[in-house]
Amino acid sequence: MSLALKTPSEQVATGRAAARPVVALTNVSKVFSNGTMALSNMTMSVRPGEFVSLLGPSGCGKSTALRIIAGLGAPSSGTIDWPSSQIDSRGLPEGDVGFVFQEPTLMPWQTVFGNVYLPLKLRGKPKNAVKDQIMETLALVGLQDFADAYPRELSGGMKMRVSIARALVTKPKLLLMDEPFAALDEITRQKLNDDVLKLWAQSGLTVIFVTHSVFESAYLSSRIVVMKARPGQVFADIALDPPLQRDDHFRTSETYRAICAEVSDALQAAIVKGGGVHHG
Amino acid sequence: MADAVDRDLAAAAPLADDAAPAPVPARPSGVPDKVLRIVVPLGMFCLAILAWHLYVTINEVPHYILPSPVLVAQALWNDWGTLAPALFVTIKITFTALFLALVGGVGLAILLVQSRWIELALFPFAVILQVTPIVAIAPLLLIYASDTQTALLICAFLVAFFPILSNMVQGLKSVDHNLINLFELYGASRWQTLIHLKIPASLPYFMAGLRIGGGLALIAAVVAEFAAGSAGAGSGLAFRLLESQYRLNIPRLFAALVLLTATGVAIFALTSFISWLSLRRWHESAIRREN
Repeated sequence: MSLALKTPSEQVATGRAAARPVVALTNVSKVFSNGTMALSNMTMSVRPGEFVSLLGPSGCGKSTALRIIAGLGAPSSGTIDWPSSQIDSRGLPEGDVGFVFQEPTLMPWQTVFGNVYLPLKLRGKPKNAVKDQIMETLALVGLQDFADAYPRELSGGMKMRVSIARALVTKPKLLLMDEPFAALDEITRQKLNDDVLKLWAQSGLTVIFVTHSVFESAYLSSRIVVMKARPGQVFADIALDPPLQRDDHFRTSETYRAICAEVSDALQAAIVKGGGVHHG
Repeated sequence: MADAVDRDLAAAAPLADDAAPAPVPARPSGVPDKVLRIVVPLGMFCLAILAWHLYVTINEVPHYILPSPVLVAQALWNDWGTLAPALFVTIKITFTALFLALVGGVGLAILLVQSRWIELALFPFAVILQVTPIVAIAPLLLIYASDTQTALLICAFLVAFFPILSNMVQGLKSVDHNLINLFELYGASRWQTLIHLKIPASLPYFMAGLRIGGGLALIAAVVAEFAAGSAGAGSGLAFRLLESQYRLNIPRLFAALVLLTATGVAIFALTSFISWLSLRRWHESAIRREN
């Protein structure tokens, strides 16, 4: 068990040395129209199969970074590269990205099936041709029996599963999750954490997971990127290798406690560096 | 909805074990409740008519001031030959106007939300048309339009048009921003976003506009006809109403009024039914709650 604290530039170096990154951000900055600098010179690359958590206080730009990676809003400066993907006309990787919002963000007038079908429908795939693919994806999140239900008939956790199924139905290489479980109760959240880990382990997905919970990031990640606010920047890059067995036993283990402590210290330092916690 | 949830228990899917909402239990006294919901308003309605009848007979009110309901029913029966064509004309104007208002209102709303410039340029005209009382423009329309029917149609259209337009604009603008982002993320075209997201999302707003517009179209058809009728032309219900008044044929006036009210109720019921039909599966407004 080694906990290596690396600076962002070292991280880029090791990223190049290993397999080609799925996505690489180089000196990405984002200034909003009201003058707020959300991100400043953020450099980070994510290798295939990694589970990266972006952890930081409110206003550190972690969600902004995720949205920029997803192509929702262009960076003010800097570049985003997709070294191992086909690039489409919009400069985005062709169908390689799935996104899970903080809210389930389902269309209430569509059934569970219709909601999961959406990404394929928008690509002009006929419903009958992809029916099996959709049902398989629903089975993956345990909702195969709810295909005909409407979102309002589902609990919060089940809605989130639909949202995850929708992100997975295109078989993306990279899954982006923006505080997906922040609004759920602790029990549902833990269950979904386990499910996401299972999906990640089974499918060889690469995941970037935005969270403000030290415990969640420590439980899920193979690498934790701690960010600081004002301006948003990578503060620490903590790799958790070798791969750990994440289960109930892990949750109570000394290793987990040690990781939490280290990550917590890094986050505390990031908050101090970022000028403390501001409200608003 | 209940059976989707019921399957939860049977399914015992490996991952889906977080709690689904409890199935809504069937109301044990469902049938009497339904009967009551029909009997109570209907009984109250009959009582009111009875009270009207008693008032007229006991006080010996002259029929040219307030006819008894029996007299009104007789007028309705005897004058059906005169009233029916008039009713048909009014209904035709109302529904044609409503249809045009739907097409125009929804069409313009879609156009307005495409760009801020279009909205800035066109919205003032829509507001000016709306706030000008139609009785005031009816005489003008009678001059400009080729015939009275067209003038009435334009009046009814103008009135029904605005609530549909403003509701639709509101609906198209109220789409969940995350859903718009999602469509953007999957590379949806403008057209796809409109068809698969914006229009379905604004359906509840459209339905509200439809219900308001339907009622207003009838009112406008009548009011405009009062203006036209005073010029001596027209054959809708409103004209028959005025005519009956001039001739002091008050029972017939009431009969015409009954027909207008019935038409209004029918339009309300129809638009409410359409609204319920299209929203019942998913929208809060169409879902009955137990608590």
